[in-house]
Amino acid sequence: MIWNEHQERMSADERHQLQSDRLRAQVKHVYDHVLPYRAKMNALGVEPGDIRNIDDLPCLPFTTKDDLRDNYPFGLFAVPQSEIVRVHASSGTTGRATVVGYTRADIELWSEVMARCLAGAGVSTADTVQVAYGYGLFTGGLGLHYGAEHLGATVVPISGGNTRRQIQLMRDFETTVLACTPSYALHLADALREAGLSKDDIKLRVGIFGAEPWTEGMRQKIESELGIMALDIYGLSEIVGPGVACECTERKGLHVHDDHFYPEVIDPQTGSSVQSVGRGELVFTTLTKVGLPLLRYRTRDLTELDATPCACGRTTMRMRKCLARSDDMLIIRGVNLFPSQIEAVMLEIPGLAPHYRLIIDRVSNLDRLTLEVEADEQVFSDSIGQLESFTVRIRRALESAIGLGIEVKLVEPRSIERSEGKAKRVIDKRHLQ
Amino acid sequence: MIIKQLSVFLENRSGRLTEVTGALAESQINIAAQCVAEASDFGILRMIVSDPTLARSVLRDKGFAVHLTDVLCLTTPNVPGALHNALHVLSKAGLSIDYMYAFAIQDHAFVALRPNDLEKSIQVLLAHDQTLLQAADIGSG
Repeated sequence: MIWNEHQERMSADERHQLQSDRLRAQVKHVYDHVLPYRAKMNALGVEPGDIRNIDDLPCLPFTTKDDLRDNYPFGLFAVPQSEIVRVHASSGTTGRATVVGYTRADIELWSEVMARCLAGAGVSTADTVQVAYGYGLFTGGLGLHYGAEHLGATVVPISGGNTRRQIQLMRDFETTVLACTPSYALHLADALREAGLSKDDIKLRVGIFGAEPWTEGMRQKIESELGIMALDIYGLSEIVGPGVACECTERKGLHVHDDHFYPEVIDPQTGSSVQSVGRGELVFTTLTKVGLPLLRYRTRDLTELDATPCACGRTTMRMRKCLARSDDMLIIRGVNLFPSQIEAVMLEIPGLAPHYRLIIDRVSNLDRLTLEVEADEQVFSDSIGQLESFTVRIRRALESAIGLGIEVKLVEPRSIERSEGKAKRVIDKRHLQ
Repeated sequence: MIIKQLSVFLENRSGRLTEVTGALAESQINIAAQCVAEASDFGILRMIVSDPTLARSVLRDKGFAVHLTDVLCLTTPNVPGALHNALHVLSKAGLSIDYMYAFAIQDHAFVALRPNDLEKSIQVLLAHDQTLLQAADIGSG
């Protein structure tokens, strides 16, 4: 089903016109109300009047995660705080989180695009949607929640974790739609099997999975074990949260809601636009956001755009599933993690050598983080108790900074490889590529 | 009275222990006593050797994290109640023991121990006619 017949099926000309009109208004809004943007545009010698249509986008400056951090917490907001009805924040070391704000209109826009995603996945008012994304500062839970409610489905706001209860409620409430990270879906499938149950004991038929990269292999496994159609949803809090793009049941790419979020792909090295469609780093310009409008936000996700109409009837731009990134950001259980966050914590712990190795693997379908640190003679003592409390101290400091569980393992001095160039400090064993 | 014990950090993986014993053998260092304390991912190898200072530099060169730790070496007759008498002396004086390892053969028993207060333990043990080994007793081998 198509939630918004008109917006999702516009002709190319009509779409171009709408995007151009909205971009002009958005640029003016940004220029008038966000000082850092005005400064950036002035530095490039661009004024709102120079932007006539969507094809003028490359004249505008980029925005990066650093811009959000430099203006922490509310420096890029375009409205007074009295108009902001909600904030969300991504993880980060203290004071360096990226904070996003929504006006009431932004929340409505978010609910609208999420409802489109769900409708595209075949969800209707007859469905019961179990939202097993985390609720809170993370956008996953509340994003899905508002969209499913807006669509009129029955929402079970169970949030993440508590696997046993997830399965019990899934059976008791006859849940038909599951929304969570793909790794958690696999974990649920394992738990179902361990409980002596199978897909025949549940009524699930659709899964909306995102917030972390996943492969076709994982999709097939989830589908066969849970007996569902598994669809990929994409989003990032900076742009709105989940719902920026989503697969329809054709599963030939993710439909970008490009009447609200205009996608470009650029060469991550040079920043120059890739020939209209093609492979590159995904960049979004919000066209209708009020609270936190962003121009040409660099997502660091690598993808490919496809402008041809989809068999489902939608005419929106489609993007390929993102599997790679142009920076070193890791996505662990749906949480963004930069290795620099780990380094920052380690630097604060006296006696700790700056040599570490971060190992990520997937155990029982859940990501597991292990940090190896060297026990040099400054750290090493003759007491097991002291060494263990040292690792606990590192673990606690890391967990509170990155918001993820992590194991800390002491290894022998000089056992972690040194190299002249960029040391291989992160070993990702999840084989997502 | 104080004996220098060698403490070595070891990862729990096969072959690590023999790298230590091999390095000591090459340098003609004799091991008088040895034990391994294990945690989940690592262990501490504790040894009393003939030349602790040389052993430390040999192992450091091989990349090991090494500490010299002060311990006492008690020797008692190999008869029932002998260890109890020595430990009783310490506990009556309010002293405690972090760890110990021991071995008995023929007429003698040998106990390496790490009390919480080294100096006081020496005083109390000697005052009660207990025998403590000297570094030279071990190093001469």
